[in-house]
Amino acid sequence: MGFLAATGRAFLIFLEATGRLALFTGSALSHCVRPPLYPRQILRQMIDIGYYSLPVVGLTALFTGMVLALQSYSGFSRFQAEGAIATVVVLSITRELGPVLAGLMVAGRIGAAMAAEIGTMRVTEQIDALSTLSTNPHKYLVAPRLIAGLTMVPLLVIVADIIGVFGGFLVGVYRLDFNAASYINRTWEFLQPVDVISGLVKAAIFGFLIALMGCYHGYHSKGGAQGVGAATTNAVVSASIMILVWNYLITGLFFSTK
Amino acid sequence: MTTVPKIALKNVTKHFGPKKVLNGIDLEVAKGESLVVIGGSGTGKSVMLKSILGLLTPDSGSIQVDGVETTRLRSREREKLLHKFGMLFQGAALFDSLKVWENVAFGLIQGAHMPRAQAKEIAIAKLGAVGLGPDVAELSPAELSGGMQKRVGLARAIADEPEIIFFDEPTTGLDPIMADVINELIVQCVKDLGATAVTITHDMASARKIADRIAMIYQGQIIWTGHARDIDNSGNAYVDQFVHGRAEGPIKMQIKAL
Repeated sequence: MGFLAATGRAFLIFLEATGRLALFTGSALSHCVRPPLYPRQILRQMIDIGYYSLPVVGLTALFTGMVLALQSYSGFSRFQAEGAIATVVVLSITRELGPVLAGLMVAGRIGAAMAAEIGTMRVTEQIDALSTLSTNPHKYLVAPRLIAGLTMVPLLVIVADIIGVFGGFLVGVYRLDFNAASYINRTWEFLQPVDVISGLVKAAIFGFLIALMGCYHGYHSKGGAQGVGAATTNAVVSASIMILVWNYLITGLFFSTK
Repeated sequence: MTTVPKIALKNVTKHFGPKKVLNGIDLEVAKGESLVVIGGSGTGKSVMLKSILGLLTPDSGSIQVDGVETTRLRSREREKLLHKFGMLFQGAALFDSLKVWENVAFGLIQGAHMPRAQAKEIAIAKLGAVGLGPDVAELSPAELSGGMQKRVGLARAIADEPEIIFFDEPTTGLDPIMADVINELIVQCVKDLGATAVTITHDMASARKIADRIAMIYQGQIIWTGHARDIDNSGNAYVDQFVHGRAEGPIKMQIKAL
């Protein structure tokens, strides 16, 4: 009987957490579209997510593009397919690696910061103080972060796409001795709008998930410094896993041939 | 003719897990009076205040403000109701991402939609009322000492001239002189606004200074209420033990964990 009780308890806790997350998401989403909005807060979050993430996302994309070119050269040269390198780089970056790696880097940078900031506000009663000043914390804290995540991560991914392809170009031309014009030509030749668009749709969803996880775990943190630490960890881990799961689901939606 | 009490609690209960924190609270606060609720740590003082504000929802019982039932309010109506309230939190709970004056003006700008320049003038005037100069206005809360943070918290609580002000352990963590300064400011501010005040504290010096009436809470119930001057001959063994701070008496401190 002890085993059954333990299983049941774990299942109930799971259901409770799922329900709480669903309610939180619903309430936060409804506050994103109902005025008043807080332009100042939205702008601050946009700068934080969009502008200050540029270096880390740019570096990630640059080296990913470079290593892609190098790896595919060493693999493809075994069956004389070096000509496909430019295409492989641009498709891998725009469809997969741009959004996923940018998403994971932003999850580490922004998801953690959001959970820590909101979690500290929770344990120091700042969230209660917001309520007593007639300001809805979902509207003031959560909605601006969701809006900023949803809009800024796609912009970051556009930059990551460009830098990533440029990284591949650098290695292709200066290390592997491709002709620059034909590399660029090859890059464009097989690229279709859906490759880029699917990547940007992923980015928007990842940005939303990162902000949602950061806010949710921060908002429900308790128990002082240790609680805030746990919230930060949970925010990053859950956002990263959700990014990988949703990446598969969205890829299935866009590119399944069956 | 009987007047409607400003705040009336009837048989309010609240439990967290198996622990009953509020065990049938009955309390009335008349308009314009200053009530101090005394009691040991963990007796339900903070939970009571948060239930009145709607930050926590009681399990059962009735809470009326100006004769209107508030326990089942929707969030819009709750926001409107909270315009009547100001609260000074135990840790001041200042927003550390905002400057001091923005903290004080928060309710005016976000709640009452006042232009920022006008709100800033009022904020500086309110800071003056708690003995802080305009130079403090541009600092961030982290740069202030504990006593100054409490004063800024007080300025924020009185900024949009609430009808009811709550003080959560206003003197805890302050040196005796600063504690007395805060006590005098509280008395002054409440008198100037003609507000109704509810203070929770376990500092008897503070209670004597602030209170018109004193209520004692023990194990989630109000066990004694009376005029502040009767506190020394209450005829209640629990109150006597608390007022004189004796370890021996009917209140048994749980020293060992069960």
